[in-house]
Amino acid sequence: MYELKYDKDICATCETIDCLMRCQYMEMDLESARQERERILNGEDSRVLTDCVTCYACEEYCPFNNHPFYLIVDRQEEKGIWPVPKPATNQQLVIMAPQSDIAPKKIQSPTINMCAFSMLEGCIRGSLFEGTSIISGSDIFCNIMWLHFAKNSTIRERLPKAIDNIREYYLKDSDVDELVHFHDECYGAYTHLAPAFGIEVPFSSIHLFEYLIRRLDDLKDRITPINQKVAYQRPCSSRLIPETQHFVDEIFTRIGADRVDRKYDRENALCCTFAQQAQQRDETADDVLKRNIDDMVEAGAAYCVFNCPACFFTMSEAVTNSGMMPILMSDLCQIALGE
Amino acid sequence: MEYAEILHRCFRCGFCKLPSDYTDINCPSYLKFKFETYSPGGRMWLLKAWLNKDIKTTPRLAEILFSCTACGNCVEHCVFPAFKEDLLNAFIAGKGELVNEKAIPPKVRDYFEAIYLHGNPFKRLRKNRANWATELNLESFSGQTYLFYVGCLGSYDENGQKMAYHTAKLMIDGGVSFGILGDKESCDGNEVRSMGEMELFKHIAEKNIQEFRNAGVENIITLSPHAYHSFKNDYSQLGGHFNVYHYSHILKDLIGKKEAVTSGTSIPVTFHDPCYLGRHNNDYQAARDVLRAIPGIELVEMDRTMNNALCCGGGGGNFYTDILGGGPDSPARVRVREALETGAEVLVVACPQCILMFEDAIKSEGISEKLNVMDLSEVVQSGLP
Amino acid sequence: MKNIDKELADIVGSEFVSNHPEEKFIYSRDMGTMEPAFPDLVVMPNTTEEIQKIVQLANREEIPITPMGGGLTLSGLVRPLKGGIVMDLKRMNRIIAVNEKSRYVITEAGTSQGMLQAYLKKHHPSLKHSVPDAPPIATIAGNVLIHGSGHISQSGGFHSEMLNGMEVVMPTGEVVRIGSCATSPYWFSRAPLPDLAGLFLGWAGTTGIVTKLAIKLYPNRLFNDVKAFVTEDSEQVAEVIHRVTGTQVAEDVNVVMSSRMPGFQIVFMTYSADTKEELTWKRNLIRASLKKFIDDNVGGFMVVLPVLKGDFLEVPMKNITQFADEMQGGGFEYIGAIMPIELFSEAYRTGIEIADHFGIPHFIIVRVVGLGHCMMFAYAYAFNRADEADIKKVQAALEDTNRKVLQMGGIPWKAEAPAQKQIIEHMDPNTFALMNRIRAVLDPKGIMNPGNWEV
Ligand SMILES: Cc1cc2nc3c(=O)[nH]c(=O)nc-3n(C[C@H](O)[C@H](O)[C@H](O)COP(=O)(O)OP(=O)(O)OC[C@H]3O[C@@H](n4cnc5c(N)ncnc54)[C@H](O)[C@@H]3O)c2cc1C
Ligand code: SF4
Ligand code: SF4
Ligand code: SF4
Ligand code: SF4
Repeated sequence: MYELKYDKDICATCETIDCLMRCQYMEMDLESARQERERILNGEDSRVLTDCVTCYACEEYCPFNNHPFYLIVDRQEEKGIWPVPKPATNQQLVIMAPQSDIAPKKIQSPTINMCAFSMLEGCIRGSLFEGTSIISGSDIFCNIMWLHFAKNSTIRERLPKAIDNIREYYLKDSDVDELVHFHDECYGAYTHLAPAFGIEVPFSSIHLFEYLIRRLDDLKDRITPINQKVAYQRPCSSRLIPETQHFVDEIFTRIGADRVDRKYDRENALCCTFAQQAQQRDETADDVLKRNIDDMVEAGAAYCVFNCPACFFTMSEAVTNSGMMPILMSDLCQIALGE
Repeated sequence: MEYAEILHRCFRCGFCKLPSDYTDINCPSYLKFKFETYSPGGRMWLLKAWLNKDIKTTPRLAEILFSCTACGNCVEHCVFPAFKEDLLNAFIAGKGELVNEKAIPPKVRDYFEAIYLHGNPFKRLRKNRANWATELNLESFSGQTYLFYVGCLGSYDENGQKMAYHTAKLMIDGGVSFGILGDKESCDGNEVRSMGEMELFKHIAEKNIQEFRNAGVENIITLSPHAYHSFKNDYSQLGGHFNVYHYSHILKDLIGKKEAVTSGTSIPVTFHDPCYLGRHNNDYQAARDVLRAIPGIELVEMDRTMNNALCCGGGGGNFYTDILGGGPDSPARVRVREALETGAEVLVVACPQCILMFEDAIKSEGISEKLNVMDLSEVVQSGLP
Repeated sequence: MKNIDKELADIVGSEFVSNHPEEKFIYSRDMGTMEPAFPDLVVMPNTTEEIQKIVQLANREEIPITPMGGGLTLSGLVRPLKGGIVMDLKRMNRIIAVNEKSRYVITEAGTSQGMLQAYLKKHHPSLKHSVPDAPPIATIAGNVLIHGSGHISQSGGFHSEMLNGMEVVMPTGEVVRIGSCATSPYWFSRAPLPDLAGLFLGWAGTTGIVTKLAIKLYPNRLFNDVKAFVTEDSEQVAEVIHRVTGTQVAEDVNVVMSSRMPGFQIVFMTYSADTKEELTWKRNLIRASLKKFIDDNVGGFMVVLPVLKGDFLEVPMKNITQFADEMQGGGFEYIGAIMPIELFSEAYRTGIEIADHFGIPHFIIVRVVGLGHCMMFAYAYAFNRADEADIKKVQAALEDTNRKVLQMGGIPWKAEAPAQKQIIEHMDPNTFALMNRIRAVLDPKGIMNPGNWEV
């Protein structure tokens, strides 16, 4: 069930093997990339399966949208590779399991989907979110995080249930068929991952940034430009939905934030290192974090802007210690609105 | 008894005896008496035992309950969010049970009687309530922007009168539009409530609300944080909705906007947070902003400050009943020693109960040469140093 | 009993003596499940001299004295089993001196953990003491005397091992000094003299009243961190502990297991450093020591987000106290069994069995003491204080746990009176005879906390 849609033939004729050649965590020449690609496709052992730090970036790098990363994860699981040690993975499976405590709720548009992170509902405040409904809870967790754990099986099992729950408990009796996803994870899950696995999604999805832009345009008169240099930290799941990235610049333009030019931005973005730490690669994580933050500091950023709570909590201490202010995109917009 | 359902949930772990950094005992009643029974946890367990009839009603039990100053330290520091908010409510409910049983300490009974009969605890004449204001020629309230409510200590206590005077003077100079109720003013009832006499409190509050309404009062400035608390949080529950300010808020508006630039000598002062402004209403900044705006003042903090401030020992009617008075471990004496330790020359207060307690304590400690107590308005008025 | 309240009042002041029913009620019980035992009087002395006089008086009248600090053992150790006087020592809370170079503090017995912690933070920020996770009003003396353990116990051992010396009022009223302070103005160690401290450590207040003591202090470093290692196979844990303690880097090593996260054992390791680099270096040492388990895919480090680290680095950890509200009923008690490390898995399985048998959720927390020399294995059971049946159930579970612990070869720590009896049954009879001979010599009238360490 939920077979991954990828096409062997496309890879066979692919000349650049961007997926592996552009990987920031593995050095490879074209020939060895081709060989590793072959191995992965054929279900053989490949060093990629053990060395991959699960940054999701190859999903973006593949010019043919042929899902190289999803395939890596499928293969890892088939081969019994545990990127995160088994006990830690099992523990997460328990912690993040649906609690079956969802209750029907009448919602209205716009509805903000906060996924499993009920504790972040406090972010939904002020004029940006006036009149919105909120849904959240373990039973509607998008489950995309299992990509880091070689657990596509869990995604296949839990994501359709989460979708069912959203439909049954929220959409069915409300006049809503569109959700604004607060996190890239959910937007990625419902617009990119689900279709790739043939999982049906009965609602349409709006990225938070698109929503913010609409609101900022409505509230244009109240914006005071921030006039600050900001660095943006891309979350891994934004690699699944690169088409949303132009929104970042559009938001910054609207609120007068100056996105610094730096090495590790946009397609060269580095991970927040949560996944690497979970994968017991502390030294890689130290190195990535340092390079990333030094890069922001050198570029003169005053704020480090996040959209992902996991990135925020992983990096905020280091960001603060380097003299920058860590902040969520929605909060930054609120500052511009004087709230 | 109301809140009886939380009594057994207290673990008697004693976090509530302390401030957040555990420096020293911070429940004023336990600090003075030292027996476990006088700690918040002791009260919880004794109330439970009393309800279970494991112990009887005794004067000792009454003393234990009425020595609680309602300072809120226990509410602040108990580590059980599920019920901590109601600790003080439970203690007040417990006092209320003893009120119903007429098993209260004599001084408490005197207090209630005086309030009931005279509208103040000192049995002073109502017509003398505004004597402090004669010299200032204050207007009676008749539709000015604010009612200045001075309360019983402001009306009759020597220190309180000074506070009221300085505050009124500053407001006049600052062009604040206000009037007073004079002999129509009556006790705010906060201590009556904190001593569990709910019927009397309701009676007082309803009368006051009526009085305020008749006079057309919308905005109130109080001298005492106790009255501030009561008007703001308790009167509103009885239908009395007013915009309530403590005088420190007004002083802040008048002078507290700028940061002072000090050249030359400066005087170290320390600020004692009144429980009903701080812990009960989460306002720690207004008075400090005022102090910072005065040139020549160096604000130094005591170890226990803001939400960790040690109560002066006057709350819960103790400024009158004096259950906590006497001896080197009375909270007020401990507190003035703490103030002295900071090197401060002035202990600044913002409550007429605090000033009363500390004036006495400084005398008992024999440190009047080294430490002065002044209320915020007097500090502003005198302009120190 | 003869009326001695007047005499006591003359010694300590009338406001510090009570025979009121309120004090008798509160001082008859603690937060655990032991049945109340009522005192006749509660006194609060302020000086060693006052204590001396009280002890002399009690000797003359043959009235029992139970010394009390915070009264927080949960095993009812400060209940006066034979009535008499409960002596609450918390007025004696003066911190007398800190020796920075030789890293020790001399303090009175009633000083609380929290007060010392705050005092050092303010006056000697480069030093800290090993704080137990008991509520901060627990006393230094009470904790040392029961062989407590705390946040530096992995590197420093039991708190009784951190004791440098004491001043004690003997059951007959003499004041003696133990340790270097007996011979020197300094309180630097118990060596090289004959070590008399053993006459008072672990005796539950039956051999004398400690009035002052000196304990060791440790460097308080700027950078602190915590690592959490998770396994699903309890058989691995003893080896995990063995390896990680072998690095001599962790200050505190705890293992937590609960029915909220059944089947997992989480090993928390805290460590500290003067620089960021040193911290990373220590982290790497810890990691390296556990690499084998990661390679074998039987263990791994959890990511502890910086925002959550505060909870794990908090001293004392409030969430241990908060376990008391697990049943919405204000109570828990635990059997802290001192055991060798290799018993970990057996002890764990036994704990789950007992909890399942009694239908109580399991909560087990283990503190490693010394470089993996032994561990304090705590089986904690929460109960609803308002529910008699619940209390009875937990009492039974505690008793069963004590029995099984002794069968395994462990020893219940700070044992409640019934558990002391169980221990004595397992004890070498000559040892117990020696204990009794010592007691008879020190306390001929048997006034010190009688009912403890008796059959
Ligand atoms: C939530 C919680 C967590 C805990 N965590 C820990 C922990 O991490 N580590 C730990 O070690 N303990 C822990 N405990 C157990 C206990 O609370 C502590 O060991 C505490 O420090 C004991 O000190 P106390 O002052 O309460 O002693 P008390 O209970 O007052 O006394 C203990 C014993 O010593 C005797 N005694 C006390 N003072 C003297 C004296 N001056 N002279 C002679 N005899 C005396 C008493 O008679 C009694 O027998 C915990 C308890 C709780 C409730
Ligand atoms: S996944 Fe994409 S980039 Fe990689 S080899 Fe296939 S087609 Fe090329
Ligand atoms: S997910 Fe990232 S690390 Fe893994 S192969 Fe793709 S680009 Fe490389
Ligand atoms: S009131 Fe709270 S903090 Fe105080 S003893 Fe009870 S449970 Fe502990
Ligand atoms: S309110 Fe204050 S005086 Fe009353 S019990 Fe709580 S801490 Fe003690």
